[in-house]
Amino acid sequence: MELELIKNGTRIDGRKLDELRPIYAAVGVLKNANGSAMFKLGNTTAIAGVFGPRKVFPKHQEEAERAILRTKYNMAPFATTERNRPGTSRRSTEISMVTRQALTPLVFLDEFPKTAIDVHIEVLQADASTRCVGINAAALALADAGIPMRDLISSCSAGKVGEHTVLDVAGKEDTEGELDLPVAYYPRKKQITLLQMDGVTDSREVKEIIKLAVKGCEKIYDEQKKALRSKYKLEESE
Amino acid sequence: MIEIDPLLVREVIEDGKRVDGRPLDGYREVSIETNVVPSAEGSARVRLGDTEVLAGVKIDVGTPFGDTPDEGVLMVGTEFVPLASPEFESGPPGEEAVEVARVVDRAIRESKSIDVKKLCITPKEKVWMVYVDVDVLDDNGNLIDASSLAALAALMTAKMPVLNEDGRVDHDKKGTEPLPVTGRPLCTTFVKIGDKIIADPSSAEMHALDARLTVGTFEKDGHVKLCSMQKGGSMGLTLDEIDTIVKLAEQKGAELRKHIK
Repeated sequence: MELELIKNGTRIDGRKLDELRPIYAAVGVLKNANGSAMFKLGNTTAIAGVFGPRKVFPKHQEEAERAILRTKYNMAPFATTERNRPGTSRRSTEISMVTRQALTPLVFLDEFPKTAIDVHIEVLQADASTRCVGINAAALALADAGIPMRDLISSCSAGKVGEHTVLDVAGKEDTEGELDLPVAYYPRKKQITLLQMDGVTDSREVKEIIKLAVKGCEKIYDEQKKALRSKYKLEESE
Repeated sequence: MIEIDPLLVREVIEDGKRVDGRPLDGYREVSIETNVVPSAEGSARVRLGDTEVLAGVKIDVGTPFGDTPDEGVLMVGTEFVPLASPEFESGPPGEEAVEVARVVDRAIRESKSIDVKKLCITPKEKVWMVYVDVDVLDDNGNLIDASSLAALAALMTAKMPVLNEDGRVDHDKKGTEPLPVTGRPLCTTFVKIGDKIIADPSSAEMHALDARLTVGTFEKDGHVKLCSMQKGGSMGLTLDEIDTIVKLAEQKGAELRKHIK
């Protein structure tokens, strides 16, 4: 790696080691969906739409005691530098699955037996951490759909660039960095509901990287709440 | 397969025991047989208790990807063959099969145990394509670890094919050069049931789990390193639980590596 990605504690895009990219969050961005949200982390943008609780098709998927949560992560063909082939890939199948597992603990599924809640995530622009941005949008869209939830889920990644531990890996750091570790965090229970890792580390260092990612999730959580409050303002009583 | 009520499995584990009598951190017996499929460049049959998988390596010549013109290609696939479980159906791989393949692939790839640069024949034109395919023959739980053992054992016995004058693989000749693999990367899987962490979950335990964490480990300069992680299951894990599992993974990974020579 000839290129210097970190100089005097400043990253190639000007951020500090533990700094997130700029966040944008908005809820109710689509008309047709029962709930929707857009979430941006720097140049990574995802939009999520929720339908349901609604009838289950195909019927054999129906569960007598609870709703089923279905998630679909998809990346637009124009979201990446080189065109991304449309349709389901092994990668998107895996991400759809871990996204569902990340969101499941949140939702009171027992309240809606024999129904389906469908969460669709579309990545419009990709610059690392697309699964995290998708989860952040999805949590907001579920809340916007009025589905009873225990909390929100917030997600971001931390990683390693050279010997430095950094928050929210992006751009060149993603392609040339040593390690990427996405996390989804359930703040009320202080639990991690998504955890993946690509790259070499050891048991001591990985703990620090996870802790840093959780710190990032806590900041994202505040922004998610702000976005919800700005749509659902409580009118001051007369 | 004997079906055991997940509630019973949970009750037994709450008492600090397991239905099959293993200690909480105990693996089932591992047996590995290599070179079981002569048509493959390398192969291994792995039994992990009553779970059985067969991995085969095929090596061919292909064109490199545009963004990595001087690197060979490694690809892991998994097939959940319907004869392995009443729950498997024929057809394209479902999300669980895709996950097993990608998690096994990730540990090998991220540990850089196979130097993909060495698999380059002519930059931008010709590289070696290494395909590892794992057939699940009998599913009695923890397919990730069984597939990971089989993939590694098969890769370590694989021989590079011989090229003919046209630069294509000569199927009449048997190669003798081994495929270089270092560090012995392996996946180790742990599940949380109630407040207990157990290693190497059986089928019954897989049906009762709250959360799962798979950790990839390998050896580098005499030390155990981590190279991948994948959480599964629909409940969360605390930081302390993750820390406990990661430390167990370092220890269990080293024990499993003794089965791979």
